Amino acid sequence: MVAPRVKGLNCPRCGAAIELRSGELAQTVACPSCAAILDAKDPNLRVLQEFTGKMRYQPRIPLGTRGTLKGDQYEVIGFQVRGIRVDDVDYHWSEYLLWNPYKGFRYLTEYDGHWNDVVVVKNTPEEKEGGRQPTVGYLGETFKHFQTATAKTQFVLGEFPWEIRLGDTAETRDFVSPPHMLSEERTADERTWSLGTYVTPQYIWQAFKLPGTPPAPRGVYADQPDANAAGAGSLGKIFRLFAAIIVALFVVRQITARRDLVLRQVYSVASHNPDSTAFVTPVFTLAGRTSNVRLTLETDLENNWAYFSLALINEQTGTAYDMGREVSYYHGYDDGAWSEGSRTDRATIPTVPSGHYYLRVQPELGSDAERPMNFLLTVQRDMPGVAFFVLALGVLAVPPLFATFRHHAFEQMRWRESDYAPLSSDDE
Amino acid sequence: MLQANCPNCGGQISFRWSSAVQTTCPFCRSILVRHDVDLRRVGVVSDLPPSTSAVQLGTEGRYKGTPFVVVGRIIYEYDRGTWNEWHIRLGDDSAWLSDALAEYAVSRRLDTPTNVPAAAKLRVGQQFTFGGAPFTLARVTTASYRGVEGELPFEYWDKSKVTFADLDSKDGRFATLDYSDPEPLLFVGEYQEFDQLQFSNLREIEGW
Repeated sequence: MVAPRVKGLNCPRCGAAIELRSGELAQTVACPSCAAILDAKDPNLRVLQEFTGKMRYQPRIPLGTRGTLKGDQYEVIGFQVRGIRVDDVDYHWSEYLLWNPYKGFRYLTEYDGHWNDVVVVKNTPEEKEGGRQPTVGYLGETFKHFQTATAKTQFVLGEFPWEIRLGDTAETRDFVSPPHMLSEERTADERTWSLGTYVTPQYIWQAFKLPGTPPAPRGVYADQPDANAAGAGSLGKIFRLFAAIIVALFVVRQITARRDLVLRQVYSVASHNPDSTAFVTPVFTLAGRTSNVRLTLETDLENNWAYFSLALINEQTGTAYDMGREVSYYHGYDDGAWSEGSRTDRATIPTVPSGHYYLRVQPELGSDAERPMNFLLTVQRDMPGVAFFVLALGVLAVPPLFATFRHHAFEQMRWRESDYAPLSSDDE
Repeated sequence: MLQANCPNCGGQISFRWSSAVQTTCPFCRSILVRHDVDLRRVGVVSDLPPSTSAVQLGTEGRYKGTPFVVVGRIIYEYDRGTWNEWHIRLGDDSAWLSDALAEYAVSRRLDTPTNVPAAAKLRVGQQFTFGGAPFTLARVTTASYRGVEGELPFEYWDKSKVTFADLDSKDGRFATLDYSDPEPLLFVGEYQEFDQLQFSNLREIEGW
């Protein structure tokens, strides 16, 4: 026996042609022209309910369109718009009923450009005892409660294999685990769970070969996966890899640094006349590969300052590394002890080839001091530093930190629409 | 294959399942009850509603590796249209393949525990344990008996309103309590996806 494909009838209210695509399955059919709800089991399509609402909606996928989802053909046979009211604001979404006579029903939902591919699930999800935010488990996946609401049918087109009326209500509870959403619908005598999977609008447009481009989704939907989350994860991995390399280099550097103490001399300066204070140190050897040289000045300044013109000079080549260092230290007592500056100064010349060197030092005292300034001059070769490694880690951490921040912002947008919205300034 | 003649029209009746208690004559639509090899006519099948199922008598498939063949059916109607309880010969056993709007499930009859409530005391959410496994009452459906076809494991014809209690589990199993007799019948089984059942000889549906 071959079933008739389509039954052609007319709307008893407005006369428009009505096709019954699901054959004998249809219980109710809504006229595509006047949106009246008709009894599909009645040969004359008795009017069950007239449409008196103000808003009419146009399905984005026309009734009768066939598309391929998960390898099977489905035909759009019904369309309804349902809405919820949260804090005096109405939200509504579209639901498409899809049918394949062998595979059964499937649904698509669309809200603000966001699409979900939905199937009714036969395994009852497991409710878990939760604190503030309940969860349910389904096939090993944990879903967080998103929203509880009362959904009301506002507009219907096409056919449904059950009784449907404008104004029908169902208690809904949504739980999310992106890209999945578990939804419970409860009426007086039935409780149904369905599983939605977030899909891109392009996926829907391709599946149903729809013309043009789909409207861009707005905001973040309850079960929308964060497309950058995977990127953030791999950035985190890369960061951890490079951080490990940097730490390893740091350790190697700490172990292998020469830390040669090449000069340690105490000097004294009595006059602030710069011409008479210049002197040179004995020649010292900087060994090993090209590396840094650290100069440390430890003074006994008392409420005074000193300026050191320093030149590290290569005895053979005459190459000079010049620098000026200012050291100042003031302290006293008004309403408590205070001090400013430091008696000690430290400078590093980063890359100095090996060779025989001496320092030319010209200290200048800030003011006529009663007593001479004594200072200890220390020269060290190949000292391991920390700053470079800290800086490298810091620079390296920028992309993963940025990605984490962006992911956090995405999740905030998701939960802003839920029953768990963080209080914001525009809330009362 | 067991063969007999219809006591009403003389047409030849072939049994797909040798233990069938009841069958229908494909020629005169008599409902026939079997006593050993004798067939007694107990009624006649009224017009069956147009089939919405992809399954038909003779459809074959597999359930968990065991081949089955569809030998009979009971048709019910409820507020979402008709649904079929296809009687299948699963290996050598009698089992049921239900098809409600292309949602498929395979079940077998179990002994009904004594603590099952009366139809009037069923409430959505009640918990039961059948065969050691927990079940939750998901819905109570009152259906109208619409007809029978083919071979059944018991006498079943002359019914009107029947109450069914559908119970779900967390692992894809389901149970049904059938209150068509004073003593409810318990069926326990599993939901199955279309592709799992590996059907052949399905009904052809135009345009699909």
